[in-house]
Amino acid sequence: MADDAYKPRASRDDAAEARYDRRAFVVMMALFLVAPAFVYPVFVMKALCFALFACAFNLLLGFGGLLSFGHAMFLGMAGYVCAHAAKVWGLPPEFAILTGAAAATALGFLAGLLAIRRQGIYFAMITLALAQMVFFFSVQAPFTHGEDGIQAVPRGMFLGFLDLKNQLVMYYVVLAIFTAGFLLVYRIVHSPFGQVLKAIRENEPRAISLGYRTEQYKLAAFVLSAGLAGLAGATKAIVFQLASLTDVHWSMSGEVVLMTLLGGMGTIFGPVVGAFAIITMENYLAELGSWFTITQGAIFVVCVLAFRRGLIGELEAWLRRRRGT
Amino acid sequence: MAQDTILETRGLTKEFKGFVAVDRVDLKVARGTIHALIGPNGAGKTTTFNLLTKFLPPTSGTILFKGEDITSDKPADVARRGIIRSFQISAVFPNLTVLENVRIAIQRRRGIGFRFWRSESTLDALNDEALAILERVDLRHFAQTNAVELAYGRKRTLEIATTLAMEPELMLLDEPTSGMGHEDVAMVKDLIKEVAKGRTVLMVEHNMGVVSDICDTITVLQRGAVLTEGPYAQVSADPQVIEAYMGSTEAAAHG
Repeated sequence: MADDAYKPRASRDDAAEARYDRRAFVVMMALFLVAPAFVYPVFVMKALCFALFACAFNLLLGFGGLLSFGHAMFLGMAGYVCAHAAKVWGLPPEFAILTGAAAATALGFLAGLLAIRRQGIYFAMITLALAQMVFFFSVQAPFTHGEDGIQAVPRGMFLGFLDLKNQLVMYYVVLAIFTAGFLLVYRIVHSPFGQVLKAIRENEPRAISLGYRTEQYKLAAFVLSAGLAGLAGATKAIVFQLASLTDVHWSMSGEVVLMTLLGGMGTIFGPVVGAFAIITMENYLAELGSWFTITQGAIFVVCVLAFRRGLIGELEAWLRRRRGT
Repeated sequence: MAQDTILETRGLTKEFKGFVAVDRVDLKVARGTIHALIGPNGAGKTTTFNLLTKFLPPTSGTILFKGEDITSDKPADVARRGIIRSFQISAVFPNLTVLENVRIAIQRRRGIGFRFWRSESTLDALNDEALAILERVDLRHFAQTNAVELAYGRKRTLEIATTLAMEPELMLLDEPTSGMGHEDVAMVKDLIKEVAKGRTVLMVEHNMGVVSDICDTITVLQRGAVLTEGPYAQVSADPQVIEAYMGSTEAAAHG
């Protein structure tokens, strides 16, 4: 063992990573703050909602190592509950959004209890099956209004003084919600809990042998992810004044996988970039009609083959290599 | 006598679809000793380890730890009682740093695993304790290195350090020196002897040099059953053991 004792070893540079994260965050926030001056605000709001959804999903996949194929149930159900709360119960938007997120959190707890007992493909299949049940519930239940969805949801006054009917006010409220959710994900990843989650993903038997009840940690990650996905879905319902079947459909669960992988799973900024890339594509390639799905599929294949770590993942790897030399 | 036994099994049996991997094993591990479990390949040593730590459920039999029945405990609960195991295949958290590997154990002991709302810099409070343990096993220089980059011998050392950070009453080490070169074997042997002070160690080991040097009691398993038990001098002179290992008593002179 003496042979390598005096060789300098590659050390992980956490301080450099934190500096990079801070700089990237400042750039991202600057872009979002000025975005409405250049881009249609509703488009950016949609992308921000999906970015938060993808960040929530990434918390589970990228940092918990759990591939859920049913995350649409949290996005969609929170949307329905929020829309119902705002329209039928007349709750102000902040409480309607919180009610939606709370419903998703509760649903996440129930779904998580069942799903985390299995791993890998079985875990994905259970989440998919549960999401399908939520979809059929949404088709049948009276309060969701089936094919019509809940329409004309009032935006109302946020915190009693911010009139969300004003597009710019709505935009900055959405940006604030996104930022809070994004920072919460960052905090969770860089917390004592995040450390244990990482350890479980790296070597679960070892974590168990140290006395960690790993199922409880996975459940906690699942519930947090579901709640944040719900926050995104509820906010989206207020923005579009609509909760519909689209958001509980299984293809939505697939879309968030795509966003996360395209941007870079297990990276902090990847899901945001991935969500914006997919939403932009949807927006500008919509005229291609059914060719859009094929284009999207082709991009996905290229991405998986060429940049396995996703756009941000590859960029970070490149930066790390550059720092190393 | 009873309080001197820290771990006891009664009729411990594991069957896999008609194949009996562990056959009515009665084991008594005395507190404060280093106890070795030896035997030819396929004798059921690792299976016994998995049964003791509940990574496998036994088919029948009971396991007593400090006189309490732990047969129906879950693996994490066995660990919480103070029985910490290592694995035959090096068990580190590869993409955590050496420091973080040890800290994960301290975090568990302090019960601060669920704090998702706190910054990870709150874990720095555990650094001194973790570094002290790393100092003890001579890994302090590597504190900021990712575990995956360590040489094999050091990975095994890190594993022992992590186990040690749990302050276990009973350490179960599964072949701690397997696949190591001479220097590393001597180093790990000394380390085990050092850390065994004040606790009990049960280890599976193939290296007879290690077993003869540091183990107080040796249990020999063959085809899942206990062949014999005793101190090294007695066990190594047993014709049955020589037969089991060498296939004939002739080979004893070379062993």
